[in-house]
Amino acid sequence: MSPYARRRATNAVVLTLSFGATALGLLWLALILWTLLWNGISAISLNLFTLSTPAPANVGGLKNAIYGSAIMTAVATLVGSPIGILAGTFLAEYGRHSPLAPVVRFINDILLSAPSIIVGLFIYDLMVLPMGGFSAWAGAIALAILVIPVVVRTTEDMLNLVPNSLREAAAALGTPKWKVIVMVTYRAAIQGMLTGIMLAVARIAGETAPLLFTALNNQFWSTDMNAPMANLPVVIFQFALSPYKDWQSLAWGGALLITVTILALNITARLVASWKGFAK
Amino acid sequence: MADLAIDRPANPPRARVFDGLFQGATWFFAVFILLLLAAVLASLVVGALPALRKFGWGFVVSSSWNPVTEQFGALPAIAGTLITSSIAMLIGIPVAFGIALFITELCPPWLKRPIGTLVELLAAIPSIIYGIWGLFVFAPMFQQTVEPVLNDVFGDVPIVGALLSGPPLGIGMLSAGLILAIMVLPFITSVTRDVFETVPSVLKESAYGIGATTWEVVWNIVLPTTRVGVIGGVMLGLGRALGETMAVTFVIGNSHDLQASLLAPGTTISAALANEFSEAVTEIYRSALFGLGFILFIITFLVLAAAKYMLIRLQRQAGT
Repeated sequence: MSPYARRRATNAVVLTLSFGATALGLLWLALILWTLLWNGISAISLNLFTLSTPAPANVGGLKNAIYGSAIMTAVATLVGSPIGILAGTFLAEYGRHSPLAPVVRFINDILLSAPSIIVGLFIYDLMVLPMGGFSAWAGAIALAILVIPVVVRTTEDMLNLVPNSLREAAAALGTPKWKVIVMVTYRAAIQGMLTGIMLAVARIAGETAPLLFTALNNQFWSTDMNAPMANLPVVIFQFALSPYKDWQSLAWGGALLITVTILALNITARLVASWKGFAK
Repeated sequence: MADLAIDRPANPPRARVFDGLFQGATWFFAVFILLLLAAVLASLVVGALPALRKFGWGFVVSSSWNPVTEQFGALPAIAGTLITSSIAMLIGIPVAFGIALFITELCPPWLKRPIGTLVELLAAIPSIIYGIWGLFVFAPMFQQTVEPVLNDVFGDVPIVGALLSGPPLGIGMLSAGLILAIMVLPFITSVTRDVFETVPSVLKESAYGIGATTWEVVWNIVLPTTRVGVIGGVMLGLGRALGETMAVTFVIGNSHDLQASLLAPGTTISAALANEFSEAVTEIYRSALFGLGFILFIITFLVLAAAKYMLIRLQRQAGT
């Protein structure tokens, strides 16, 4: 084989492998979604939304877990987003040249990828022990800690995209800086900031590890934030590992529900981000 | 924005107060993030102290984990964490690299975004879903098809045989590593793709111009230029793999025995925490689990810090 033919052949082999890798990656995604649909769709019924988690071999649904997940995710987003937005504002606006900014950015990126189960341990120490028991508050705060770094990161990135001429124009009219930021910069970056929050919600909606020893689980309907509360991920965890067929089926139903919600959030977030685009 | 000096005494005092308040608030929450990480570290250290005092270095090097006799050694969990993550990297890196190559060099432009998005959706699927899928779909498939073959092919080979043979259970270190490989794929792919895109097209075009094939351009031009960034992306994926909890907990088998075979059940730090923490009733048991958490924190912190450092270096390099 001539050197040229060998080079061509190597190229063809590598490019085929690269194509194969892409096909493999997409195949996994399809396989996971397909099995979720296949196993989950039979568990989706009205009961799933109107009944609470059953004892084995009883009819039941996931009402309490859906409620718990929704309320804890909501509280976590409400607590975490403002903190993240303000910290992100510092990085992009006030502190852009301060020596504090690179440090915060670095630590924030570490928090972004840190194992979520560690956050569970931390909140256990911080809230569950002092308050004398597992509670929905503890679960919500654990999730809030996961929201913060996502929002900080996207807020900073999005504020950085806002052209300086906008800020300067507002400042030239004598607008105080806080007003420039809130009324001009935030407005220009609102799509991106919303996207960040939605991605954060998508991230925490399926988080299990930090809830295992903070919110724990509750077999019954409960709206008491000071008591353990059912939530979809932990219910899926327990029911999937149980020997009961009907529990396993509910776990698949819950898994389908969570995945559809999260994928929908993700896709919407991407659409919001690219919607008309920013004035660049 | 360079700081606009907004210093106008003409401003009504109320606006100036607001300005101060708002700036103070943003500063406070920026510092809050630093404090958060410090507090997490502090709580882990304090929680782990009793166990570390009692067992000393034995906590890290001992392999006996027995809640009944209150003997706690973290070696099996540490080993499990490192082994499953290594398997994930061994398989995840080439595949992620292949996908990045496909997206940046081969794919028609209109397909770039959809494929990129689909691969990133793999990262959006929560880990509990990977867990339930791994347990009910992947593990049985693996048990029936792949593991018997591994036994037949490698059973009699010396060293490799010990690693790749054993009772086909479906669950174990290898299964956990493979699931992790799928999970880290999107993280490595998206960073690799992004840094590949930063290579100036002049560089690539010059190489194509003297007759290089696509592969030669990638291997001799793109990779050397972006080496630091690619390593950063890999480290980022590694950081994810090390701390991944739920998916691993489902398929690893949760055994604190150290075994040579990769097909045998094992455990990882995060799986041990997820399984045992709510059952840990004695002070020392709980403290030992905090000790595991502390070790995991240190390992992931180092890996992630290294990743971040390399990506920053690449950014500077690209900036100059």
